[in-house]
Amino acid sequence: MSFALARIELVLLIPLAAATLLALLPGYRLTARLNVAATLLTFLAALSLLFTPHPPPGPYLLVDDLNVVFIALNTFVGFTTSVFSASYVGHELETGRLTPAYLRFYHAMYQLLMCAMNVALMANNIGLMWVAIETATLTTVLMVGIYRTHEALEAAWKYFILGSVGIALALFGTILVYVAAQPVIGEGLDAMVWTTLVAHASKFDPALLNVAFIFLLLGYGTKVGLAPLHAWLPDAHAEGPTPISAVLSGLLLNVALYAVLRFKILMAANAAAVAPGPLMVTMGLVSLIFAAFMLYRRRDIKRLFAYSSIEHMGIITFAFGMGGPLANFAGLLHMTMHSLTKSGIFFAVGHVAQAKGTQRIADIGGLTETHPWLGWSLVAGIVAIAGLPPLGIFMSEFLVVSSTFARAPLLAIPLVFGLLVALGALFLRLNGIAFGEPRGETHPVKASYGPLFAHLALVLAAGLYLPPQLVAWFQHVSQLLG
Amino acid sequence: MPNLAFDTSHPLAGGLVLVSFVLLYQDRLYSMLNVYALHALVLALAVAWQANIQNAPHLYVTAGLALGFKAIIIPVALRRIVERLGIHREIETVVGIGPTMLCGMALVALSMVVMLRVTAEAAPIAREDLAFALAVVLLGLLVMVTRRNAVSQVVGFMSLENGLVLAATGAKGMPLVVEISVAFSILIAFIVIGIFLFRIRERFDTVDIGALDQFRGERR
Repeated sequence: MSFALARIELVLLIPLAAATLLALLPGYRLTARLNVAATLLTFLAALSLLFTPHPPPGPYLLVDDLNVVFIALNTFVGFTTSVFSASYVGHELETGRLTPAYLRFYHAMYQLLMCAMNVALMANNIGLMWVAIETATLTTVLMVGIYRTHEALEAAWKYFILGSVGIALALFGTILVYVAAQPVIGEGLDAMVWTTLVAHASKFDPALLNVAFIFLLLGYGTKVGLAPLHAWLPDAHAEGPTPISAVLSGLLLNVALYAVLRFKILMAANAAAVAPGPLMVTMGLVSLIFAAFMLYRRRDIKRLFAYSSIEHMGIITFAFGMGGPLANFAGLLHMTMHSLTKSGIFFAVGHVAQAKGTQRIADIGGLTETHPWLGWSLVAGIVAIAGLPPLGIFMSEFLVVSSTFARAPLLAIPLVFGLLVALGALFLRLNGIAFGEPRGETHPVKASYGPLFAHLALVLAAGLYLPPQLVAWFQHVSQLLG
Repeated sequence: MPNLAFDTSHPLAGGLVLVSFVLLYQDRLYSMLNVYALHALVLALAVAWQANIQNAPHLYVTAGLALGFKAIIIPVALRRIVERLGIHREIETVVGIGPTMLCGMALVALSMVVMLRVTAEAAPIAREDLAFALAVVLLGLLVMVTRRNAVSQVVGFMSLENGLVLAATGAKGMPLVVEISVAFSILIAFIVIGIFLFRIRERFDTVDIGALDQFRGERR
């Protein structure tokens, strides 16, 4: 057991140690490689958690069947993004957008972000979870503003203010959960430990839990990027370095959603409390349809895919809100597929923006002719994210839609409508970006295709064949989610 | 004297709501900063009193932080930033003071109704503190929404955060309160440094949030 505990700590300590080291070391080559090595080691440590029995939950940290999926995904995308980041920042250094001092800062923040996200995923203490998500937000704010242009600073400021308000609301919800738990469990640390909370939730005051959940959903929902609270997301994606866009879309949104899911399980354990499902279904649908329409008027390529992230987070929230084994399974699968596909797309977009020297869609055209590898992978990514067969997102979207048709056919109509609207918008853009006459200036670019192809291959493989072990695992987790 | 504990914590928490109202109708930056210092001072007293009646000495750390950092250092720092950067000292409001005050009263009534109803089983002190804390949080949000100037929005956020600290200390025996208040102080320090950096680089022509609205990133 002590061995298992040691590995949990490894997942947290490797990024922390790497952050300190990277803050001190100069030089691009060395630090970029060190960054990759640290994320690879973290990923391996997380992977070993998958194949061994879980240690008993402690007062601060917990590894169970639910979060191990998130941790594995988190560390994997963290690793591939660091590989992409190495070639990306190399180009940024050459063009002078980043200076060596800022690069050092960037690498340290990247590792700190990884550490904070892993703490948030492993937290068994709702206070610790809140602190970790706050830290993750702060590090990303700093990285979004790293180019120090007018736009980047404004995007960071907007993200900062909206994120802080969200975080404040989430803290108020956390305090209310403690107030609800305190008469039953007693004062002190135990009343903030998630496993203890769930065990005693049936005796909590339901009215207080209801109010708490609304605050938590609004607070963490801001970080998920759900519709009325999404305003920070497109700016933060568009103005920051592209590896950060990939990590934001692929990972940080998931981490915030994971926090909502933990509290959803807590609510479900109390029969008298309001069902959290309908709230999540509503927010999910609103985000999906709103973002689908917003996709049409985008002129900035990173902003386009940021709105697509809002759309997909809407679908995932919708699926988890529906609940039940099938919808939860679909939600989990969709979350995994979206993380892989969206970060893959951002890898491609990052190099495209470097090759074209702009993010304006109007100045990007005919990519399949000028940069066949990049162009065709972007095409594959867009086809995947639009939800066409045979790729993984088609399967998960199909499952979401079919489970909705079976349980609430009326809800399926706006869902399918939103999906089709988004599909149309993406194809409209795809045509201009990838095919036709090449437009705009063109520079050669040293791209790292490894992470991009790895993600696309995984998404394709998942669309063609899901290993039975993985299906069984996801089914088991869906049962846990209720 | 079983009621002394309650009788003292009640006006202190209520006083915080009152000062939030005062914050709501300030139209000059300097007076807003002064009111915020008063806000933090009342919070420090309320937290110190909670530390006393709960026999929780660690809460004195939070109270000291509120007194030293929020009531003295932050207002002084912000005042110097405003001076050095020559930020407009009059605050543009989105809605007039009358409707804002009415809205504020409605929010206080709402938080009383909601919190007193749902916390029927909790201890009376915690109940009152939570209701007042929610009122302070909502008033802080209102300040942020009705101001167009970045510094006054930050002041609104800091008053909102004071409400959260009040709620956390009112919940008896809540762990991690000190850690959370320290984390929030770091957050605020970041925000204040952020304002300073924004201006010192002369990237913004104005620290006016209205200018942010012109930016959608797609009108280049």
